[in-house]
Amino acid sequence: MMILDDFFWRAVIAGVGVAVVAGPLGCFVVWRRMSYLGDTMAHSSLLGVALGYYLEVNIMLGVFAVAFIVAILLFLFQRQKQLANDAILSTLSHASLALGVLMISLMFWVRLDLIAYLFGDILAVSLVDLYWIYGGGFLILLILFVFWRPLLAITFDHELAQAEGIHVVKVELLFMLLIAVVIALSIKIIGILLVTSLLIIPVSAARRFSKTPEQMALLATLIGMVSVGLGLSASLQIDTPSGPSIVIVAVMFFFAANILPQKK
Amino acid sequence: MSSNIENAEYQTQKEGHKDILLQTQDLSLVSGGRTLISNITLDVSAGEIVTVIGPNGAGKTTLLRLLLGLITPNAGIVFKKPKLRIGYLPQKIHVDPILPLSVSRIMNITGNYSSIQINNALEETGVVSLKEKPIFQLSGGEFQRVMLARALLRSPELLVLDEPVQGVDYMGESELYKLISNLRTRHGCGVLMVSHDLHVVMASTDRVMCLNQHICCEGQPQDVSRHPEYLKLFGLDSGSALAVYSHHHDHTHHISGTLLEDGP
Repeated sequence: MMILDDFFWRAVIAGVGVAVVAGPLGCFVVWRRMSYLGDTMAHSSLLGVALGYYLEVNIMLGVFAVAFIVAILLFLFQRQKQLANDAILSTLSHASLALGVLMISLMFWVRLDLIAYLFGDILAVSLVDLYWIYGGGFLILLILFVFWRPLLAITFDHELAQAEGIHVVKVELLFMLLIAVVIALSIKIIGILLVTSLLIIPVSAARRFSKTPEQMALLATLIGMVSVGLGLSASLQIDTPSGPSIVIVAVMFFFAANILPQKK
Repeated sequence: MSSNIENAEYQTQKEGHKDILLQTQDLSLVSGGRTLISNITLDVSAGEIVTVIGPNGAGKTTLLRLLLGLITPNAGIVFKKPKLRIGYLPQKIHVDPILPLSVSRIMNITGNYSSIQINNALEETGVVSLKEKPIFQLSGGEFQRVMLARALLRSPELLVLDEPVQGVDYMGESELYKLISNLRTRHGCGVLMVSHDLHVVMASTDRVMCLNQHICCEGQPQDVSRHPEYLKLFGLDSGSALAVYSHHHDHTHHISGTLLEDGP
């Protein structure tokens, strides 16, 4: 396929694929007030990148593994209830970031463009990455579809959900797994430092125009897709890193949505 | 499910004609070296309202969570009637405006009910006009009525209500208790609820249990309200007899408000 030979179109197709998954999943991240969890998992992905290089496996696999381990650690720490949530998040975030940088600097045989990983690079998306993104993305959407109701129920109130027969721990872990996958899939386009923005910003822009959770998820997906398209075009035109370009477009949607006068 | 909580052999024969829904024996919970619940033995039968009262930190919510099987006791047993259908109303749920949920959507959040069933349930608790309203716009009283309607959808044999009048204004409180009492009569279900105020709940309860980790005293509401343990627990014993809300009616009012001679 010709179109897949062009790095720009590969990036667009990859970005759109990521946005489609990030919309509905991001809704739960926002509804459940877990954006800092997303950040922590994202920051840990530098360690995942290093691991990927070290073990010579696909970077996405390394990122996914590390992000999920961090999520599990967080889950276990939270159960102890000794430390505040934000302190645990911050500790894990910085520990994994520091470990990632250390590991990369020790691997003197690897030359890697740190900026490209931190902020995304449209040149970085390979054909194999596309398969990963669409395969993984499809899986996430399928799982989300099946678990939509229990996820919504524990978002509303997890005690009530548990009392009415929902296996809260299982759903909770599954949710973390999904976030780890979506972070791994979007790392090349958006970059480590900005990866959660695609989960959070389109959702925040969509809230005002949504009456149901499903509307909000669809609208967030749409805003995400358009942001990716416009952002990548801008990135190509004016030669800027892809992640920040996408984020700026999404933020423009966010401001437009929230500045418009309220209908009474 | 935990091994301590068995659905088997609940004891109907012991109480003769009473249809016991839930029964505990010497239930205890210790967490972090602190005794939260100690040696609780109680039972709830169909058609009766049992109220647990106690000061803050007495373990009221913990007790309910043990009974529902949300946490596991260190000692003691919970017997439940086989396949007991429980309608649960947790302590005040906080719904963030970021989550666009309407009343009708909440009704369906863990199960699938028809529009007719939902209408009927909302009708029963007097809030059918709020059906399409976003949850976060409801007042405290409206929200609790919606949650009660939600619990009714499961055609419960036992209603478990944790501080059902929380966030409800004083006038609404007694109306809500009246509603709960009516629902009990109409559906013949048992009601186990937690309250912090004996006097408001007095009129619509059959039995009261005074909880402070252990059960201090129990019995008819009138008896408990005079029990020394009760008075001590709520700090009403220290000579200040006036602080006790002794409710001796020496006159009655006509429905229009005019004073009638010779009360009952």
